[in-house]
Amino acid sequence: MFRPDDPTAPPGQVFDAPWQAQAMALADTLVQAGHVTPGAWAQALGDALRSDAITALPDSLDTYYRAVVMALETVFDERVGVSKATLTQRRHDWEAAFRDTPHGQPVVLK
Amino acid sequence: MPTFEPKRAAAIHRDLHSHVPSDPVLRVKALESLAVERGLVTSERIDAWVEAYSEHIGPKRGAQVVARSWLDPGFRTRLLDDAASAIREFGFEGDATGDLKALENTPEDHHLVVCTLCSCYPFSILGMSPAWYRSAEYRARAVREPRKVLAEFGVTIPDDVSVQVWDSTSERRYIVIPQRPAGTEGWDEDRLAAIVTRNAMIGTDRHLEIGAP
Repeated sequence: MFRPDDPTAPPGQVFDAPWQAQAMALADTLVQAGHVTPGAWAQALGDALRSDAITALPDSLDTYYRAVVMALETVFDERVGVSKATLTQRRHDWEAAFRDTPHGQPVVLK
Repeated sequence: MPTFEPKRAAAIHRDLHSHVPSDPVLRVKALESLAVERGLVTSERIDAWVEAYSEHIGPKRGAQVVARSWLDPGFRTRLLDDAASAIREFGFEGDATGDLKALENTPEDHHLVVCTLCSCYPFSILGMSPAWYRSAEYRARAVREPRKVLAEFGVTIPDDVSVQVWDSTSERRYIVIPQRPAGTEGWDEDRLAAIVTRNAMIGTDRHLEIGAP
């Protein structure tokens, strides 16, 4: 929810989880490298933020970053030439790799 | 009476020992690994970005810009004319923020920045935006009822001061130049920069505190 922060509070962590930072890094890097225009990125993120899947969730930073991931998937599909089916398959491949890798071993795709 | 179901016990045991990450983690791994394979980004570049924005790039950059505008009339003129060019003289590493416009608060005007579409923000000079800036509520209400939103930040704007709301876009972002507080005469740039808050540069703060003498 919207809540002005306490200006006297010590600065907190910028990101709550590494995946949030990686998603932002990926988006900004793709824009800076010219693979996605700033306008296309803003539109994709705006659409994701207004989507039913996102507006049904609490108005929180976690939800915001979930919208960032959705928007990335859209620009990958529409602007970068990586289809949603490819992304879904790769997500499942990573899940299998994590599930099948014993603790302590580096997780690599097969 | 408790019962023991071997299959269920095995499933619970597997779950307890599972280290499969959450759905967004897996989706980001899919995106990043495919982007790297296709040559769109490098892992090193992503890691460097994350380190920079987690550790180094924050509102101190913008505060320095504000402080210099208070001290150097020539810089102030250049900043108000073309902020993106003017801030190049600071030599901040990292990418610039595209077309940046500086908005100067005056006794008669107060500027407030929002991005109603998504969350456009001059993050190369202010760091990552605060959570409230990205909330759906702020994005909607800052335009509809700016004075009320400001009051929730503890900022009361007198009726004879106009409030102008600026909607950021991917093409144009904003930094508010707050008024220099009285009692800071003779201060150097670093000392002035230390009193400039992030919220003042977004417009959700107006009167800067100069602290104990």
